[in-house]
Amino acid sequence: MKTHKLPVDLTDEQIEAFGRELDAIRDEIFDSRGEKDRAYILKVIKTQRSLALCARVVIYASLFFLPAWGHALAIWPVMLTLLGLGTFMLGIAKILENMEIAHNVLHAQWDWMKDPEIQSNTWEWDTMSPSDRWMHSHNVVHHTWTNVLEKDLDVGYGIMRVTPLQKWKPAYLLQPIYFILLMLLFEEGVALHEQAIDDHLKGKNKFADFKPLMKRIGYKIWRQVAKDYIAWPLAAALVAIPISLFVDFSPLAVFGIVAGANAVANLIRNIWAFMIIFCGHFPAGAHNFTVEQVEGETRARWYLRQLLGSCNIEGGKLFHVLSGNLSHQIEHHLFPDMCSNRYKEASPRVRALADRYGLPYNSASLFRQFGTTWLKNIRLAFPGGGEPWRGTPDQATSS
Amino acid sequence: MHQPAPTEHGSSPSIWSRLSAITDYFAWPLRTSHYLELVNPLWTTHKMQARVVKVWDETKDARTLTLRPGLNWRGHRAGQHVRVGIPANGKHYTRTYTISSPPERDDDCFTITVKAIDKGTISHHIVRNIKVGDYLPIGLPQGDFYLPDANPIQPLFITAGSGITPAFSMINSLIAQGRLPDTCHLHYAPHELDVVLGKQLKEMAARHSRYHLNLLYTQEGKDQHFTAAQLDALCPDWKERDVYACGPPSLLEAIEACFEQAGCSRNLHIERFRAPFTEIPKDAVGGKVRFAQSAVDTEGDSETPLLKVAEDAGMNPPHGCRMGICHTCNTTLVSGCVRDLRTGEVLNEAGSIVQTCVCAAAGDCELDL
Repeated sequence: MKTHKLPVDLTDEQIEAFGRELDAIRDEIFDSRGEKDRAYILKVIKTQRSLALCARVVIYASLFFLPAWGHALAIWPVMLTLLGLGTFMLGIAKILENMEIAHNVLHAQWDWMKDPEIQSNTWEWDTMSPSDRWMHSHNVVHHTWTNVLEKDLDVGYGIMRVTPLQKWKPAYLLQPIYFILLMLLFEEGVALHEQAIDDHLKGKNKFADFKPLMKRIGYKIWRQVAKDYIAWPLAAALVAIPISLFVDFSPLAVFGIVAGANAVANLIRNIWAFMIIFCGHFPAGAHNFTVEQVEGETRARWYLRQLLGSCNIEGGKLFHVLSGNLSHQIEHHLFPDMCSNRYKEASPRVRALADRYGLPYNSASLFRQFGTTWLKNIRLAFPGGGEPWRGTPDQATSS
Repeated sequence: MHQPAPTEHGSSPSIWSRLSAITDYFAWPLRTSHYLELVNPLWTTHKMQARVVKVWDETKDARTLTLRPGLNWRGHRAGQHVRVGIPANGKHYTRTYTISSPPERDDDCFTITVKAIDKGTISHHIVRNIKVGDYLPIGLPQGDFYLPDANPIQPLFITAGSGITPAFSMINSLIAQGRLPDTCHLHYAPHELDVVLGKQLKEMAARHSRYHLNLLYTQEGKDQHFTAAQLDALCPDWKERDVYACGPPSLLEAIEACFEQAGCSRNLHIERFRAPFTEIPKDAVGGKVRFAQSAVDTEGDSETPLLKVAEDAGMNPPHGCRMGICHTCNTTLVSGCVRDLRTGEVLNEAGSIVQTCVCAAAGDCELDL
């Protein structure tokens, strides 16, 4: 019997059987978690902290090669190479922290260890969004309502048209620009990605209604800014003041170099995180859903929606770690609280399962996934771009 | 394991805490301590750790670990216990062990003596797998089972098995301070060579004439279990002594009954080891549910998620997806048993994390909501 309105050729019973098979994969992997997984996350955390510390030290060290010092190695190429290396290392450390560590810890992927230091409810991450706010908009809203129009704020983040199901309006003409801006300011964008702010822009509430929330976000932003743009640069500048009496450089320039390096590191993280995350649900072939389609949804149909709405990115071991294993976006959406190092083991099983049930499994290179995301973004800035939802169950919602 | 910073009442913050308030701006959202940990795990202030510096087998199934605690450690009083975090099979378990060394030890280390108990996977893990060089999270010393500061009137220790540990610490402390009074000690063990710390006890008894040790073997021919008559025979003046008892529940019950009958219960000090697990009821059909923070008591059956049970009782606990994926509803099991409705897995260890939207009562349970 077929009563569901999902764009697949399966009966209700077949979908339930599909769900049971996914449950079995989940249970099997969850039951086998152990010492090796703990060793993995502890190693990643230690590596990340060491890398972040070394990066800051290398950035500072580069200041001793400013030409004004006058020693043999004090030339711009040496200085800039060190500065670039330190900045790159800091960018990678921030990527590791945000994606492979914090995103996954905040998904409660490591709560099973009961390690009081690695718990979803106490972890705070190195980005402007307070972790508990993000957990609400991400874990609850996005992961429960994945790709459902009007329910999942991540469908276009309130500023973009990412599926023809969204009604076109003239503001979308500017979305290729929003796309670039959001890429560069992704950290800030995530911090302000709140239903309350979205409502406020639509005139649905007063500022006073969410002032406490803005205070919390404001405090987090202040501490982030204080670290990268005040504390680290200022410490260097303070040391530079007495030295500048003997060596001809300005403490202000020293401040600027360190602050600039930190800004570039944040930018590297922003661009990378944006690319990986936009490849999760927006490449060609990803499905979107209407509220009617998910009415009375069973767990098995929820699984099916996650599979249809998510896209994997193919790559090597290092690529998977740096993407926070969001390159296994399908597996992550099926099992959001499975520890991230196990997705690669679930992936071939899910892929074969999808194949057996004749279901699509959207997996391709970063070039293809990000390329089609970008092309779709440009196409959907204009009206049309695919059939809007007519409400008939046989209509495919692929875009 | 978060420990409140040990600030003395009325004193101004230490130079270190003032300095770290500034350096924390560099470390945000972590703390300076997280980076110090990379250099030496014993320097941390956000959690306390201890390094295992020596392991020594006391018997075939008991081992003494010598631990060097981190900088924030404060000295213990002989007889106190300490919480130790044990990673086993990837999970973090917390267990409480009595410190077996006296506070007067001069190398800033302390020891715990652990006996591998039947079915106790964690104690087994400590006895067999913990190596020299491992770091274990620890708490600060706790407990009110210790000797008074004033010289105790003649003490009597009654101990069994690994219950020897607080007595061992206390007696050694008195010896180290050079003020050992006339002390009587009854210790029960199955066999002579099973006595935890047995060799040291005998040496102490040989060296100090005021220390009267009676080792009683319960499985070597005649029945040597605790009785009032036995106590009368071995320590005739027991009613005048300050009594410190530690051992398995059956022994403690017998001692309590004996002292109650003699009307001298107030001389008796008892240290109990609490079992961290609740027995899983055979017919897990639900039971009494208590939400500790809200002080709500209600009933839950074996199929209704505890979130629903709480809501039906008029509460509004945090929740999100209601299908077990978002973990907004996570809470802690204070005591009792719950069952994960998805997998059928039963959680019965106090401190377990419970997703209330997919877990139901399996017998009585108490949640931290």
